[in-house]
Amino acid sequence: MSATTETPAPAAAPAAHGIFGFTRAQAVAFVVMLAAIVILPHILYPIFLMRVLMGALFACAFNLLIGYLGLLSFGHAAFYGMGAYLGAWALKVWHLDAALAILVGGATGGLLGLALGWLAIRRSGIYFAMITLALAQMVYFFCVEAPFTGGEDGIQQIPRGVAFGLFPLHSDMAMYWFTAAIFLAGFLLIHRVIHSPFGQVLKAIRENEPRAISLGYRVQDYKLIAFVLSAFLSGIAGATTSVIFGIATLDGVVSDRSGDVVLTTLVGGLGTVFGPVVGAAVTTAMENYLAQFGSWVTITQGAIFVVCVLAFRRGIVGEVAARLKLSL
Amino acid sequence: MMILGIPAPLLFGQLLLGVINGAFYAMLALGLSIIFGMLNIINFAHGALFMMGAFAAWLMLHYLGIGYFPALILGPLVIGAFGIVLEKVLISRLYKLDHLYGLLLTFGLALVIEGLFRNEYGSSGLPYNIPRALSGVTDLGFMYLPVYRAWVVAAALVVCLTTWAIIEKTPLGARLRAGTENPALVRAFGINVPRMITITYGAGVALAAFAGVLAAPIYSVNPDMGDNFINTVFAIVVIGGMGSIMGSIVTGFALGVIEGLTKVFYPQGSATVIFLVMVIVLLFLPRGLFGKAA
Amino acid sequence: MLEVADLNAWYGESHVLHGAGFEVREGEVVTLLGRNGAGKTTTMKSIMGLVPRRAGSIRFRGAELIAAPPERIARAGIALCPEERGIFGSLSVTENLLLPPIIAPGGLDIATIHALFPNLRERARTAHGTRLSGGEQQMLAIARILRTGAKLLLLDEPTEGLAPVIVQQIGRTILEIKKRGFTVLLVEQNFRFAATVADRHYVMEHGRVIDMIPNHLLASSMDKLHDYLGV
Repeated sequence: MSATTETPAPAAAPAAHGIFGFTRAQAVAFVVMLAAIVILPHILYPIFLMRVLMGALFACAFNLLIGYLGLLSFGHAAFYGMGAYLGAWALKVWHLDAALAILVGGATGGLLGLALGWLAIRRSGIYFAMITLALAQMVYFFCVEAPFTGGEDGIQQIPRGVAFGLFPLHSDMAMYWFTAAIFLAGFLLIHRVIHSPFGQVLKAIRENEPRAISLGYRVQDYKLIAFVLSAFLSGIAGATTSVIFGIATLDGVVSDRSGDVVLTTLVGGLGTVFGPVVGAAVTTAMENYLAQFGSWVTITQGAIFVVCVLAFRRGIVGEVAARLKLSL
Repeated sequence: MMILGIPAPLLFGQLLLGVINGAFYAMLALGLSIIFGMLNIINFAHGALFMMGAFAAWLMLHYLGIGYFPALILGPLVIGAFGIVLEKVLISRLYKLDHLYGLLLTFGLALVIEGLFRNEYGSSGLPYNIPRALSGVTDLGFMYLPVYRAWVVAAALVVCLTTWAIIEKTPLGARLRAGTENPALVRAFGINVPRMITITYGAGVALAAFAGVLAAPIYSVNPDMGDNFINTVFAIVVIGGMGSIMGSIVTGFALGVIEGLTKVFYPQGSATVIFLVMVIVLLFLPRGLFGKAA
Repeated sequence: MLEVADLNAWYGESHVLHGAGFEVREGEVVTLLGRNGAGKTTTMKSIMGLVPRRAGSIRFRGAELIAAPPERIARAGIALCPEERGIFGSLSVTENLLLPPIIAPGGLDIATIHALFPNLRERARTAHGTRLSGGEQQMLAIARILRTGAKLLLLDEPTEGLAPVIVQQIGRTILEIKKRGFTVLLVEQNFRFAATVADRHYVMEHGRVIDMIPNHLLASSMDKLHDYLGV
């Protein structure tokens, strides 16, 4: 990213004090989010809310790269989709515990992220975007051919199983609490990482990469670690989604999925802490509503991209934060 | 006749398919390179505009009775003009921002365009016949060559080389090259660089539309035809690097041929071979084969 | 010919020119002297419209150009030979020479340019302008704006980093183009060189013009000048 041009909204300002590294405003927002997670399943369909939560985790993972490193990945579907496949496989074929199966999905995403990230971080800016897109396309073609994915049918009738050997997940409410726990764990993990010394180095790289290099930081290693973490959480989101719906298909690895997560984050606010969550709620609701109108989903998504880029670059949370002069 | 244990007609047939795909890769990669040079954005709408070229040919034939050859000129002109409008109204607002916004904007435009066409014409594809003058097959002795396919390769070569010559060998091209290097100084010489940028985008789009018209009789005209190409073309652009016009053309054709040969010798790998080449190039030459130092 | 008044310029947040003012009369060679960072190059770029933000007044032959885009300023008859020459590496020597369009009659033709700069004729076939030596690139950078018919030439440090012989040649060139009726605004660090070519000198400091010294008083102003320039 060139230094002279306006960059996406800067990453949330570092909070030296506050509650668990949250600023006061962020702490309030976090409590509101917790309350919503507890109350909403009694008002809205848990299935819908679970999609929102996993969309949000996926977007938070993606946001780690764009918001804190300025790296725009157009290939995150690869980690999400492969995580979904391997999580499904672990549950259905290896009969693992649901929690363990989801970790298998996360590990799959992380390992794939290690390989693809190692290649992609050799370039930055728009080349990084094109390389991640192309690599994800390769993963997609692999999934079309590979026998274990079940081709067009996907892996179906995945049992939800039991989490931690104690909690059966058959009911939607049980699954919902499990999903909410996974989301919160992922969300707080990202928050913890960003506010660690490691996160400060990421910000330094984003602000001025040459200077970070001259200060002796192994910038490529930092980028790769962030990439792997992002891919790991994407894999977790993919695997959890396959457990929720009992199915893992090519739909998870297709390049549209990579576009979705970019849109979700852009709508919510690139580089904001809560933007990906708000973005996921908005885009999931929109997709739900528009699903009956066929291609209008894509058209609307495209139009939102255009409007956001031209007139609403800070996204919903970024805009609110700027109005209130807060960091959210 | 067998070559390396492969029947010659099969080998040459796949090689020809590879060269034809390569012709499309070359035209699309060339357009992306030209646009990138002047605008510093990656035109994610390139595949959608390619598809619009094919639809332009189909629509002209169906509603206006305009045949293939006039469409080959009119299609790029109309779609190129549409590109100019896009640049003027939308893209030009982003030049002072990070280049990633240009990518996101054109990605959104592609979604809108493809969605609208899918709504209107479905995804099944519309037939477009090979024009009579170019139908039929020639016997080359070692293989049968469909005339239209030979025409596609020839037309693509002519258009690519003409574009190369304009950019590398004419005063207009010199202005373009200078504008890529140092737009501010070129403006200070009295050249209207913003207008040059607009026209460059229009020309790159026209090139995509020309490829689209050429593609109409080969692939069925459908809203997703650009999508199928463009991801591969992005990989090709990474392989070639966007610094060189000739580099884009050569890389495009070469990877088409490599893909064709893979179909003969290892069919399972044909969908991924170009991406594998990209991985290898990234490992050893991260800037691409023809890329210049940043 | 050129009247600059209360010129302010900014790069992003940083305010570089603070109300600079001076004038250049037709047929003159005028220099801007000053230490590094005094705002000389920024003044040149501001006249040409190449800074992100500027305010004040720049009148050229009576027309106000403060709000004009660079291409219109060029078409009004001002041409820039930028600092570090601005030769295009992807253009051949001839392409570099022919790049700036003719904006008015009265420019030099190629034969005259080649007579002024014999080296450029010899190197005309060089495929990349940046393959020329530093001195040759500087001549090319001056030569290409002599063609266009622009009558006010802005030369930004044309002697920087060049060998003394070449500096002398550039000095002769400036006197020659003055004789041919061009007006020159010259940025210089080297006031000994400036003294050999200029009619008047403006001294800049902290983004302002703080003094004007006619060339014939330069010798008697040496103490003052040493003070200004810190040499």
